Amino acid sequence: MIGDAISHSVLPGIVIAYLVAGSRDSTLMLIAAAITGVFTTFIIEFLNKHGRLQSDASIGVTFTWLFAIGVILISAYAGQVDLDQDCVLYGEIAYVPLDSWITGSGINLGPRALYIIGFVLLLVIFFIVIGYKELFLTTFDPAFASAIGISVTLWHYLLMTMVSITTVASFELVGAILVIAFLIAPAATAYLLTDKFKTMLFLTVIIGVITSFSGYYLAEWINGSISGAMSVISGLLFALAFLFSPKEGIVVKRVKYGFKTN
Amino acid sequence: MESLLEFFSFSDHNVQSVVIGSIWLTASCAIVGTFSFLKKRTLVGDAVAHSVLPGVCLAFILSGSKNPLYLIPGAFLTGWLSLVLIDKIVAHSKIKEDTAIGLILSVFFGLGILALTYIQHTDYANQSGLDHFLFGKAASIVREDLLIFSVIAIILMISVILYFKEFMLISFDEEFAQSIGVPVRRIELLLTTLTVLAVVIGIQAVGVVLMAAMLITPAAAARFWTNDLKILMLLAALFGAFSGISGAYVSYTAPAMPTGPWIVVILSTIAILSFLFAPTKGTLFRLLKQVKIKRKIKDENTLKTMFYMGEELSSFYHPMEVEEMISKRKMQKSSLEKSLLRLKKEGYLEKEKTGWVLTKAGKEKGQRIVKLHRLWEVYLTKYLNIAPDHVHDDAENIEHVITPELEERLEKLLNYPETDPHQSKIPY
Repeated sequence: MIGDAISHSVLPGIVIAYLVAGSRDSTLMLIAAAITGVFTTFIIEFLNKHGRLQSDASIGVTFTWLFAIGVILISAYAGQVDLDQDCVLYGEIAYVPLDSWITGSGINLGPRALYIIGFVLLLVIFFIVIGYKELFLTTFDPAFASAIGISVTLWHYLLMTMVSITTVASFELVGAILVIAFLIAPAATAYLLTDKFKTMLFLTVIIGVITSFSGYYLAEWINGSISGAMSVISGLLFALAFLFSPKEGIVVKRVKYGFKTN
Repeated sequence: MESLLEFFSFSDHNVQSVVIGSIWLTASCAIVGTFSFLKKRTLVGDAVAHSVLPGVCLAFILSGSKNPLYLIPGAFLTGWLSLVLIDKIVAHSKIKEDTAIGLILSVFFGLGILALTYIQHTDYANQSGLDHFLFGKAASIVREDLLIFSVIAIILMISVILYFKEFMLISFDEEFAQSIGVPVRRIELLLTTLTVLAVVIGIQAVGVVLMAAMLITPAAAARFWTNDLKILMLLAALFGAFSGISGAYVSYTAPAMPTGPWIVVILSTIAILSFLFAPTKGTLFRLLKQVKIKRKIKDENTLKTMFYMGEELSSFYHPMEVEEMISKRKMQKSSLEKSLLRLKKEGYLEKEKTGWVLTKAGKEKGQRIVKLHRLWEVYLTKYLNIAPDHVHDDAENIEHVITPELEERLEKLLNYPETDPHQSKIPY
């Protein structure tokens, strides 16, 4: 759920970056969002450890607080901020081609968002390749990781920085809430299909790609929001895995169980 | 000031509706939220808030009207369904609860957005305003809304009063509740239903995202002030109601300001203030207490050191210099001097020209600490078979916490030994 929290709480960071820069400067926004994201994680942990507030409540209090501040900032500077709540909440991927990156000499290089998200993709892959061992260990066995000298806190914050950056990059495409579907659903689906971490990583990517393609066609078909359609598809894929996964699916389990008792 | 009077005179009917509506919403959400807070399932409220959207859209598509009498049951249905699905996923797979919550909320919300955009792209003449369900519209609560809000709020409050004991039991100890014959599943179902109802009406005030705050934040803030559930609930409701009024007031004076986010910001501010300044549980209070304990330990160590020096000199009321004390026990000079001044104030020491002198009370206090230290060393060697050269550090810590009752029992158990394991005499 910390991903959910971050995706909402980066809002004030983005608005402030927008006010400072006076335009939708993507680099600055990414940096501001990364800072706010880490800040969020920090507050959540602070409330949890020093305030002795249970963890679910710390998350809930923190992200709603920051999001509310973000919305108020947007309202206060309504004239100056070209961001609106709709866009923040559910983005519109269909407008992406309209915002093209045109160089000084007037050559159209294609949609700007494509470059940003491509850059973030490379960054994420780079991060995973470099820190695979550390991420793996701190995720599965933090005690062991810190015993062999890997800083669990450092890698936790690095990971949260990556989550914030990814979230913000996807922001104008799919919006704050549907980012969660993309963060969680493919991974949860893959998790039901395999026990191996590497396989799970690859499966997640494949499922993500399938989701994007079929989501797009669903949206085209009923003339609705593309990101909405994609998250519906990701939910359907999860439901399929939940029911029919060879190892975990409840239908499969029931069939096996039936054979055994006979 | 003028606007404040104008605001509270309620001469404006709209203001009246907004204020009463906001108070109803925030207070009833706070009351129901208290139980989800205690059950540590606050994020479930977040899931419900997102999941009502497809229900609203579906009800609109089917009925073709924006009448809340159709939309609220629709919202209720999908909100409720989402909770059932979360429970099913957690029960029947290895997926953890927070993942299930995130998954369900985003997929349901996606479905809602899909339906909403579908409605917008199709020719429904009266579709505008459906997105109030997304962002709330506390500032535009009208008479008819008020009626529905009030009915639901009253249902919520009466149910909570009637089933208070049952709710309390399942929030704190489900197994115990089961064992004394509370129908846990049915009560749980009722509580879930109430939560969904609270979310369905609350969401119209503050919107999807901030709904979670209406449930969690008042209870979280109130938790710092009390351990009594009834007071906790009352406080939560008060915090909620106060934020409701203040939020309404802010957007009354500055119409560009959204009411919902202001309600949440005010709630969060109350929570942060409680977190910092509440007595007993507040961070500041706990820090102060830590400082006090540290000082107490320092002062006791000072007296102990002076007692040791007195033992060596065979005279406890001999003036002692700061440097001597430091050579006897490693201490920072400035902190030792502060400690000496504190002890003088409390009447344990006096300052003379050639140094500090213990008073009678000071000598007795120092003696008691030394006695406890040595008794504990005896205890550790005698009963726990720890080697005499390993017992000192442990005794250094425990000498400050042993109570007079424990002291007496220790003396009796060890039968008033003459010396400690290092052959130092134990002073009685």
